[in-house]
Amino acid sequence: MKLKLTSLALGAALAAGPALADLTFPDLSYRTGPYAAGGIPFSDGYNDYFTLLNERDGGIGGVKVKVTECETGYNTEKGVECYEATKGDSPMVYQPLSTGITYQLIPKATADGIPMHTMGYGRTSAKNGDVFSNVFNYPANYWDGASGVVNYLLEINDGNINGKKLALLYHNSAYGKEPIRTLEELSKKHGFELVLLPVDHPGQEQKSQWLQIRREKPDYVTMWGWGVMNQVAIQEAANIRYPMENFIGIWWSGAEHDVLPAGAAADGYKAVTFHNVGRDFPVFDDIQTYVIDAGKAAGAGDQVGNVLYNRGMYAAMLAAEAAKTAQEIHGTQDITPEMMRDGMEALEITEEKMAALGMPNFGPSFKVTCGNHGGDGMVGVNQWDAETQTWSLISDFKPTDSEVIGALIAEDSAAFAAENNIESRCK
Amino acid sequence: MSDQFVFAMEVTLNGLMAGVLYALVALGFVLIYKASGIFNFAQGVMALFAAMTLVGIMNGQVPFSHLINATFGTDLHDFGWHLPALLAILLTVGVMVLLAWGVQRFVFSHLVGQEPIILFMATIGLAYFLEGLADLMWGSEIKTLNVCLFGESGCLPQGINETIDAVTYEWFGYGFFIDNLDITATIVAAVLVAALIAFSQYTKQGRALRAVADDHQAALSVGISLNFIWILVWSLAGFVALVAGIMWGAKSGVQFSLSLIALKALPVLMLGGFTSIPGAIVGGLIIGVGEKLFEFAIGAPFLGGATENWFAYVLALVFLVFRPQGLFGEKIIERV
Repeated sequence: MKLKLTSLALGAALAAGPALADLTFPDLSYRTGPYAAGGIPFSDGYNDYFTLLNERDGGIGGVKVKVTECETGYNTEKGVECYEATKGDSPMVYQPLSTGITYQLIPKATADGIPMHTMGYGRTSAKNGDVFSNVFNYPANYWDGASGVVNYLLEINDGNINGKKLALLYHNSAYGKEPIRTLEELSKKHGFELVLLPVDHPGQEQKSQWLQIRREKPDYVTMWGWGVMNQVAIQEAANIRYPMENFIGIWWSGAEHDVLPAGAAADGYKAVTFHNVGRDFPVFDDIQTYVIDAGKAAGAGDQVGNVLYNRGMYAAMLAAEAAKTAQEIHGTQDITPEMMRDGMEALEITEEKMAALGMPNFGPSFKVTCGNHGGDGMVGVNQWDAETQTWSLISDFKPTDSEVIGALIAEDSAAFAAENNIESRCK
Repeated sequence: MSDQFVFAMEVTLNGLMAGVLYALVALGFVLIYKASGIFNFAQGVMALFAAMTLVGIMNGQVPFSHLINATFGTDLHDFGWHLPALLAILLTVGVMVLLAWGVQRFVFSHLVGQEPIILFMATIGLAYFLEGLADLMWGSEIKTLNVCLFGESGCLPQGINETIDAVTYEWFGYGFFIDNLDITATIVAAVLVAALIAFSQYTKQGRALRAVADDHQAALSVGISLNFIWILVWSLAGFVALVAGIMWGAKSGVQFSLSLIALKALPVLMLGGFTSIPGAIVGGLIIGVGEKLFEFAIGAPFLGGATENWFAYVLALVFLVFRPQGLFGEKIIERV
């Protein structure tokens, strides 16, 4: 009898085939420290979307998703430690959410064969997939952001900004300096004057910069800030009565917590974006039902629809779609990081797909290829309404200046390839 | 009068105002160092903790709600009240006094007689503990601080001072920008310093505090309780931290970066001396004006800007070369 039961159990196990392991998506989060206000909603959105897939669809292609969260505190050393601690779990993709951590992880992740997705941050020239095989920065990068700002200024000035003055207020770090080269090229092309105003970390004190803005009276100010620098800059702009509608931040300077401390004075402030805002999308109904109401939310459930929550959710959706693509390409549900990389490189996002996912017009359509890991760099513009305390998209996703950006990316990635003896891999 | 000279005057005035804000942070360091010889690394975090506690009390937030909800499956967030700012400030002062007692009872009473470096290390630990405690108690999100002492009309003002703008425009053809919040901070700092000086000169506890600052052993021999004095001085430092937290928090919202304002106080202390209240004020003013003028005249036009952080330390170092004890610090002479 005992032998029969054992044989039956063994037979059943063989018939069922090997159990599929969970697909692991590490989340290098920062829920503590000076930058937690930005890190928390992003992580909540990232986690909640995967929870939705598990609860509603049974995972991705029938395989459950496991999100392993590791706290970086937005600290580069801790970020690298998190990578080392989690890379053994066959991670599908890393989203470091920090330019500093990204720079450290590019050589490590490439050597380990693990893909990285640095959406709207990181090393801009990673768009060149011919050089950066494992790094992806679709749908837009910093230089697209800079070009998006200039495009918007062209749009509201009937295509002519010759003789205008644009001030760049930037965090005095590698991140903040990213748009300078692009804006310099664009200023030559369009004839506007560029004024550079660095702000030292953390940006709590900006009196000198805003006195200079008051003296020089730039027509527009654009900001590359993060953390406390954003809130102080918007308050100082209000203090000197700088017209808020002429103040445009990058997407990391355009969340609710950046504008709320300034109250009504922040009304009209703008920020470029590569995804939509608000919670008027069907996917949020599902998140409410399957995640929040079910008590399975990553956080308190109070961030849904916020700019950075949406961004985290969007990042998770793009990761999930790449995983599905990888499963299709390789004909297996049990994918490896290398297969995931192939899925990311073959990812195509169309409006039909977005609508089917409950996110119509949530982000731009784009196609990733071997040579183009950054998509088409479509950028829109959001504006803050202080009365209703909401952001709204006032300029739809439009193409950026690929002529200027393409040349800069080719130059920077060629230098990286020469330094690291990387050979062309795309045909 | 040339434009550059007029601009320089505006920059100087703003530098003075910024200096007052730096001095507010430096004052807390001075109070504790003077009475106990401890360089309190946690002073910036105390400002953060005090400001978060104030906002939490004002908004009726349930402390440790995330922890309670996660542990017991409850859905607590707030008590449903909104306390007047004055009452919330008084309650926050109470919390800071409790914190002072806790710090003395559980940390420093066990470290009596230890080397200064050990005490300094203890304050580093205290800083990280307090930062974590503030996070657990009140959460990490940025909080808007709107302190209105006397109804809606008595709120902390922000934005350009219209009178100064109009008067300077009439005089120089260019209206100066002076932030109303900075003017308020200057008045508050002046009152605070006057109150601290009056307290140390004219009250029994103040005299005891000075006696302890002069000589611990002698103060003990005449019956002054070191324990009480240290709780008192940590409470005073907590109150100063609350004031600094309110002023800085009103600018940027109350958030974890507030703890970094301590970095702005270090050059002020190096310059003004670690043991002098007037030194903290004068040091703050010199650093504020020095860094702003340097940025205006040299930093922005010739060095690409963002020179203020490092220039403040360079300026302090230059003073240190000539007066190692700082402008108002006590010269330490140790005889062999």
